Amino acid sequence: MLQGLPSKEQRGWTRLLIHIIIIAVALLMVYPVIWLLSASFKPTSEIFTSAGLLPKVWTLDNYFQGWTALDYSFDTFFANSFIVCLGAVVGNVISCSMAAYAFARLRFKFKALWFALMLGTIMLPYNVIVVPQYVLFKDLGWVNSFLPLIVPKFLATDAFFIFLLIQFIRGIPRDLDDAAKIDGCNHLTMYIRIILPLASPALATTAIFTFIWTWSDFFTQLIFLDDQSVYTVPVALRTFLDSTGVSSYGQLFAISVLSLIPIFGFFIAFQRLLIEGVATSGIKG
Amino acid sequence: MIRNPERPARKEAQEIRQEVKRSRGLKLSSEGKENLAGYLFLLPWFAGLILLTAGPMISSLYLSFTNFDLLSAPVWVGLQNYLAMFQDLRWLNAVKVTLIYVFLSVPLKMVFALALAMLLNRGLRGLAIYRAVYYVPSLLGGSVAIAILWRQIFDTSGLVNQVLGWVGIKSATSWISSPNYALGTLIILAVWQFGSPMIIFLAGLKQIPMEYYEAATTDGAGKLNRFWHITLPLLTPIVFFNMILQMVGAFQAFTPAFIVSGGTGGPVDSTLFYTLYIYQEGFGNLHMGYASAMAWILLIAIALFTTIAFLSSRYWVFYQDERK
Repeated sequence: MLQGLPSKEQRGWTRLLIHIIIIAVALLMVYPVIWLLSASFKPTSEIFTSAGLLPKVWTLDNYFQGWTALDYSFDTFFANSFIVCLGAVVGNVISCSMAAYAFARLRFKFKALWFALMLGTIMLPYNVIVVPQYVLFKDLGWVNSFLPLIVPKFLATDAFFIFLLIQFIRGIPRDLDDAAKIDGCNHLTMYIRIILPLASPALATTAIFTFIWTWSDFFTQLIFLDDQSVYTVPVALRTFLDSTGVSSYGQLFAISVLSLIPIFGFFIAFQRLLIEGVATSGIKG
Repeated sequence: MIRNPERPARKEAQEIRQEVKRSRGLKLSSEGKENLAGYLFLLPWFAGLILLTAGPMISSLYLSFTNFDLLSAPVWVGLQNYLAMFQDLRWLNAVKVTLIYVFLSVPLKMVFALALAMLLNRGLRGLAIYRAVYYVPSLLGGSVAIAILWRQIFDTSGLVNQVLGWVGIKSATSWISSPNYALGTLIILAVWQFGSPMIIFLAGLKQIPMEYYEAATTDGAGKLNRFWHITLPLLTPIVFFNMILQMVGAFQAFTPAFIVSGGTGGPVDSTLFYTLYIYQEGFGNLHMGYASAMAWILLIAIALFTTIAFLSSRYWVFYQDERK
């Protein structure tokens, strides 16, 4: 951006100052997270007395004790979380891309009406439908299983991703469709052979955000999972917090760190894709 | 197949398709087939819409006029649930807490997001790294793990008080156990996640043509003038978009209040978010009818605020002609 007409030297100083401000704010922001990591290696007594980053006494006890602190060990909870996330990702990618293909490429009756309804559901507060959904899943005998968390994803209930995929598919040149039609593609083969491969960046964004949101989702998992054997990580962490309280912050921190690793891993691996996803579509964080 | 360059490919393809169809003697027209395909591809979404969205909406609207404890059949009580709300002190308090939360956290978050986006949008080196670091809290912030961390940070001997000790301020306040400060800690948690609106602002700032600034500078406009008369007006569509997104999200915040207050909404209901109260009434006390009525009021409130925002946008959101 232009700076009026300052000298080169002045501009250099301004730039340095801006760098310093940005770095200071960044440090302030990530400090709690880094401190969480360091505190997870401290004995609990030290957590409450040292705000510094280097533990005086290094220990892995928090991790070992925390891992087995509940009736089931965290093996179970992490496995459960992964199963739920995997199911949700597969469900969203298939069902949302199908709906998006229809909306972006096909002409059918009342399309405008269905499209408007689809957009309308994006902003719908989950609280409005949670009670009847609970009753429905309870009647089906699905409470205390992963089905209430996975099946809705196969029915394209995350309309936001449909919208995201529609936007992307609309950007794919139609010449390709026409060429494929000449080669004898029907609507199904077109979807599988042309649209899906070309939409892979948007499908990846869908998959990654579905994973991250499902991994850190708490409300639905809290409602539908009652028995410790089916707990996911967030629900288990909450139970852990309730059962121990202040006395074992070290262990709580250790498990918290582990619970953030998958999200962080995805972030490191797909940083560019994630940030572009936010920038172009306004996905919330 | 040789393509005649004068004929549009689509038309050609259509003709060929029709030809193929004629030769196969199919009954379904091309339009009919496309229509059917459209509905088949939407089948999962239709099932979801009916079974998991529209059906439950109608059902919860009905339940909101009943007493329903999940075990016995719902009993029709008319408007009783809705009327009871306005005499329910906890409900009134939840409304107050939620409104304070929404109308403090959203503007603060937006101001931080815009300020940092402005700083970052100067062609600085390392932009990608800064952007990524600022985005981390948005990514992690909604998790139970971070809420647990927050609980410790603002506790009696938590991180905040320890850091205050470094600068010589002795504080033994447990911020999360104080009715005056507990909600504040949750607002800080929300504002901490300003990274994602910041990224959206950054994308918007990049769209503003440099020529505007150059022209303004030639006309002698200072920095502040350029911000007020170029940057901010051109950014209003994005401010609007971010605002709606953040507001709708903030009205439905649940996890931080639940974890930090241990599910109670305490101390003295000072962090009783609206959704937390719905949860307590519905799934704690099995007042499912009352919970449904509260949820409908939430829906109406969100719709109302969104409508107000849209109506007001005529007066302050500036769309460039080509975007109209």
